[in-house]
Amino acid sequence: MPVPKIAESFKGSVSRVTLGATSQSGGTRTSTVVVGGAGNVVYGGSSDQVGERPVIAMDVLDSPPDDWSEHLAKEYADVLDSPGAWAKKCVDQFGAELICIKFDGLHPDKGDKGADHAVKVTKEVLEAVGVPLVLWGCGNDEKDNQIMPKVSEAAKGENCLIGTVTEDNYKSLTAIALADGHNLITEAPLDINIGKQVNILAADMGFPLERIVTFQATGALGYGIEYSYSIQERQRLAALSGDKMMAMPSICDVGNEAWRTKEAKTPDAPQWGDADKRGPMWEAATAICLLQAGTDILRMRHPKAVSTVKNFISELWED
Amino acid sequence: MIAIGERINGMFTDVKKAIADKDKKVIQDLAKRQTEAGATYLDINVGTAAADQAATISWLVETIQETCRTPLCLDSQKPDVIAAGLKAADTSNGILLNSSPLNKKSDEDVLDKYIEMAEQAGPEGKLITLTMDKNGVPQDVDTRVAIAAEIVQKAMEKGFATDRLFIDPIILPVNVPNAQIQPTNILDAIGQIKYLAEPAPHITMGLSNLSQGTTQRSLINRVFLAMALSHGADSAIVDVLDEKLMDVLATTEILLNKQLYSDSYLKAYKGR
Repeated sequence: MPVPKIAESFKGSVSRVTLGATSQSGGTRTSTVVVGGAGNVVYGGSSDQVGERPVIAMDVLDSPPDDWSEHLAKEYADVLDSPGAWAKKCVDQFGAELICIKFDGLHPDKGDKGADHAVKVTKEVLEAVGVPLVLWGCGNDEKDNQIMPKVSEAAKGENCLIGTVTEDNYKSLTAIALADGHNLITEAPLDINIGKQVNILAADMGFPLERIVTFQATGALGYGIEYSYSIQERQRLAALSGDKMMAMPSICDVGNEAWRTKEAKTPDAPQWGDADKRGPMWEAATAICLLQAGTDILRMRHPKAVSTVKNFISELWED
Repeated sequence: MIAIGERINGMFTDVKKAIADKDKKVIQDLAKRQTEAGATYLDINVGTAAADQAATISWLVETIQETCRTPLCLDSQKPDVIAAGLKAADTSNGILLNSSPLNKKSDEDVLDKYIEMAEQAGPEGKLITLTMDKNGVPQDVDTRVAIAAEIVQKAMEKGFATDRLFIDPIILPVNVPNAQIQPTNILDAIGQIKYLAEPAPHITMGLSNLSQGTTQRSLINRVFLAMALSHGADSAIVDVLDEKLMDVLATTEILLNKQLYSDSYLKAYKGR
C-alpha cells in the first residue's frame, strides 16, 4: 500500500515559545531554546511545517530523592545532594538542553522545606549552568502558592518556564510569572476540555497565550500512555484547526512516570531482563511514543534513555 | 465558522450618514467593534449611500485600514466597484469578493471577471458566488444545486481552487407570501452543494435577509444560523454585534464537535 501524501494545509499552527534569556535580553543564560511552531501533524506536510525540534529537559531534584530505583540513582550518586553539580553533570556530560528543577522537597510529605531552601537551590542551579530552566512546584497547592512566587522572583528576568497552574489553583502563580517575565505551564488531568479551560483562565488574567506551554499529565508505557497519546494528538489537531486556546507547545513528564512502573524499578526480575537496561528502555520507549503524538518538551531522567531519545530526534528532525 | 460582519453597509442610516459626512470615526468604530466581536471578515457595501460607488468604497477601505487589519469583504454587484475597492485594499491578510451570479442577461461573463479579480488578489483572494443566473433567483432545490455545480465547474476550469469559493444559496425573507418553504429548500441545497467538489466550497448566506420585515428578527436569525451550520454551512454574513447570535454560533460549533468544549467556551470563542 502506498504511503498517503499528507499535503493538507491547516489554518492554524502551534505557537513558538522561547525559553531562557541571554545577557542581550536581560538574563544570564548562555543559550536559549525555542519550542513549538508545527504547522501540520507529526511527520506530515512539507519541511517548513515541521516546526522546532523537540527538546529534553533533564530533571534535577531540589532534595535527594529517597524513592528512586538504585539503577537510576547510581547515575547521580555523586551529585544527588547538590542540585548545582547535578545540573552541571546533566548539561556537561549528558547534553541536556534544559534543566527542570523539580521542587519535590517542598511537599509536606517529602521534607516540607521552605522558601529559603527553594531560593538557594534556584540560584545555585542558575549559577552552575547556562541552559534555560524549568521550575516545577511540588504539587501541593498551599506550599506551591507560598513558595513558588519566591522561586519565580529569584529567577526574574531569566525567561524560565514555571508551573504548574491548574483549573482550581492558577491565580497567584500566573500573576507572579507574568510579573517576573516567565513562561507558564498549564496543567490538566488527562482531560482535553479542562486543558482548554485552564488556558482560558490564564489568558483571562492577561497572560499571553504565546508564552504558555501545556502539561496534560503523562501516562507511561503500559500505564495509560494511550490517553496521553490521544490528548497530545487532539491538542495538535485543535491547534491546526485554528483554536488559539489550544495552540501551545506541550511538555510531558516522562522520567517520573516511567520510573514509577514496576517494569522499570523492580530490581530482581530476571524474566524481564537486565534491570540496568530495563528502566532506561521503558523511559525511552515512553518518550518516543509521546514524540510521535506531537509533544515538544520531554522531562527525562536516565542518561541512557536521554541519549537514545536524542539520537531518535536527530534522525527524524534533521536540520 | 467564517463570520462576515454585515454592519458597514450604506443601507444602515449611521453608515449612510457617515459616508455623506466623510465621518471616519463611525466607520472605524464599527470595524473595531465587529473585529472584537469575532468577525473573520468585514463586509463593505456602499449601497445607495453615494452616487460614486467606486470612490466611496475606496474611501471606506482606506478608512478601515487606518485602524484595523481584519480582512475585508468587498460587496458590490458591479465589477468596477469591486476593482476600485481592491485597488485600495491591503490583501496580504486575505480578501473576499462579494458577489457574482453564474451569469447575467446584461453580462454573460460576469463570473469570469470576479474569478479573475479574486485570483489577482493573491493566494488568499476568495470569492462569494450566488446560486442565481440570468433567469433570476431559483425557488427550488434542484436549480440552486445545478447552478452551484456550474459555478464550481467554471472555477475548476479556470484553475480557481474550490476552497477559495463561497456559494450563497440566497435566503429570502420568511414572511414573503408562499415562500415559507424556502428555508427548508436552502437547508436541502446546502446539504448537496457541499459535496460538489473536494475540497468542498464554503457555504455562506446573508442571514439577516431571512428575517426582513418580521417581528422576531434576532430570534429567527439565531435559530436558522444553528440549523444552517448543522446542515453544512460554514460561513454567514451576520450581525456579529448581536451577542446572543454569537453565543448560538459558539454553542452550535461545540455541539457539532467543531470546537473543543471548555467551561468558558463562550469567552474562548470571542477571544479567537
